[in-house]
Amino acid sequence: MSSETSQRTTERGRIRVSGFDVERVESRDPLSSWEPDLQSEAGRGRLEYAWQRFKRNRLALFGAATIVFMVLLAVFSRPISLPNGFPVLAGQTVQPFSLAPADPANQDVLTGYREPTLENLFSGTATGLYLFGADWAGRDILSRVMYGGRWSLSIGFIAVAMALLVGIPLGSIAGYYGGKVDEIIMRLVDLLYAFPFIVLAIAVIAVLGRGYWEMILALVVVGWLPYARIIRGEILSVKENEYVTAAKALGSRDRSIITRHILPNAMAPVIVQATLSIGTTVLVAAALGFIGLGLSPASAEWGVMLNVEQDAIARGRWWAGLFPGLAIFVFVMAINLVGDGVRDAFDPQGDQSDTDTGGLR
Amino acid sequence: MSLQRFVIKRALITIPLLLGISLLTFGMVHAIPGDPIDFITLFTELDPETEMEIRAEYGLDQPVYIQYIDWVTSAATGDFGRSIITRDPVISEIMERLPYTLVMGIMAFGVTLATAIPTGVIAAYYRNTKIDQASRVFALLGIAIPNFLLGLLLLLVFASWLDLFPILPPTSQGIVSYDMLVYTLLPAITIGTGSTALLMRLMRSSMVEELDKDYVRTARAKGLPERTVVQKHVLRNSLISVVTVAAIQVAFIISGSVVVEIVFSYPGIGRLLVNRVGNRDFPVIQAIVLLIGVAVILANFVADVLYAYLDPRIRY
Repeated sequence: MSSETSQRTTERGRIRVSGFDVERVESRDPLSSWEPDLQSEAGRGRLEYAWQRFKRNRLALFGAATIVFMVLLAVFSRPISLPNGFPVLAGQTVQPFSLAPADPANQDVLTGYREPTLENLFSGTATGLYLFGADWAGRDILSRVMYGGRWSLSIGFIAVAMALLVGIPLGSIAGYYGGKVDEIIMRLVDLLYAFPFIVLAIAVIAVLGRGYWEMILALVVVGWLPYARIIRGEILSVKENEYVTAAKALGSRDRSIITRHILPNAMAPVIVQATLSIGTTVLVAAALGFIGLGLSPASAEWGVMLNVEQDAIARGRWWAGLFPGLAIFVFVMAINLVGDGVRDAFDPQGDQSDTDTGGLR
Repeated sequence: MSLQRFVIKRALITIPLLLGISLLTFGMVHAIPGDPIDFITLFTELDPETEMEIRAEYGLDQPVYIQYIDWVTSAATGDFGRSIITRDPVISEIMERLPYTLVMGIMAFGVTLATAIPTGVIAAYYRNTKIDQASRVFALLGIAIPNFLLGLLLLLVFASWLDLFPILPPTSQGIVSYDMLVYTLLPAITIGTGSTALLMRLMRSSMVEELDKDYVRTARAKGLPERTVVQKHVLRNSLISVVTVAAIQVAFIISGSVVVEIVFSYPGIGRLLVNRVGNRDFPVIQAIVLLIGVAVILANFVADVLYAYLDPRIRY
């Protein structure tokens, strides 16, 4: 999270030069020469300050480590080959590692369910190793949970990133310009807020149909609302500051005032919300998979795995659903720990023992 | 501002919102590419005459805004047309299942309030002790656990291992039967766990805030028993902010019920919605989505009015 933002800070410096003839201003007015330095340093300083505090929060670091571990497991579970349409490297393997003990699609329908067993753990080969047991089709659940992270986790990260790309511009425009634009955008936000998160997502899927990108789109339609609301509120409080008036007086364009002066000062609550939202989004995506409106039943997405096995679990084959369920649980838990840590890092005065909803409704 | 004027003013704000969600649910169907008649006839080839008849029957030969007005006015009287799948009136399909969801939701709400408020109070009173830590851990777990996993685990433990509940709900007996009400406890607890976790922490932080105020010190200084201080003074004031959030829990419970009804094969509105999305039965989907939107808006309205009633400073 913070590395992404520090990149934004360097970018800010680059745009500054292109939008502004710094050299000319500098030669004319000695006061302006210290302004860019101060700005970039202040921006970096605050992030660094937050990062210092975050580093001392053991629980949050533990959460972050868990997330990294789960992402790595998903990426390195099976080799990745580029699709055939890819230029130059078509069909090449870009990720050769295969940590999953078995092919997640490898079926053994005749045997079917197997209880989890530590048997063959030290036999040296992966054959016959069923740490998490096998599902109805005899597929190794451990391998499927590792591989399934590719769907569950990527949906969470991509949907939140896209929601930020929609919510931040719309919220900024509403907050900065006010008036009719503000009225229209915020009434739309109010309107969409009338529906619970998952109901609205279901309605969008009802229109678009099922599938990976359809699901992401549905999650974005619901997901951008909090960012628009937060950023608008922040901008309303930030835009009255003297430095904004000063930038206006210097003749900066609206866009550069928003992106360079206002947004960096309004980002902290958005970063906190975005972190917590990744957990909520993964949770809702899994819930959609579970109720059968997510990905196809053949995929190893965690919610879908639970959906396929729900009767088996209720009838005593607990391992078939427990492990994918635990994967969701552990991930959401880790994200919440990180989110709480990020919030405490940005706002040390706040009540640290409070849990946030993460936009969960 | 008197409470009456506040209520009227607040009610006026909900009217455009209600209109907005009706437009949204209506527009939803028109956002689908293709001719809506295909969803009614399920893509069968028709001779032009029958097609015109069907179009006239469903009002599809009218301009869109007239279709919208027709739809809204008949929806206001409870007429949502007929289901494409079963050909039954949508309203009767919904009314058949609504009692189940309502009973489950009310039970979930009851579970939430009955557990969240006492535990929140205790956590606040013994703040920064082991008890508070335990409640914090429970809240973290309760928020992160997917409700469908919790539901399945409850089924596994109570229905499969302990054999205290049947695996499938005893639907044939109707909602007002002992068996069904007892069974409903399972989904109600499943939904209630998440909102309990949230509400408990909220209760705690609002209570902690109140406990630090001057009037508490005054009450203690004049020698009131601790019980009176907490129950009569602190609890009442800290409940104010919890009331608003409790109303927001309505949305939480609705979204919970959609998923949890699937887990328990519970014959409610949420399961109907999910099933019909699979079948693309749009009259039913529209009606349920509209109903949920209206329910949430009304809940928010009630919350604001309650808040204004409990805390008169809000009205200004």
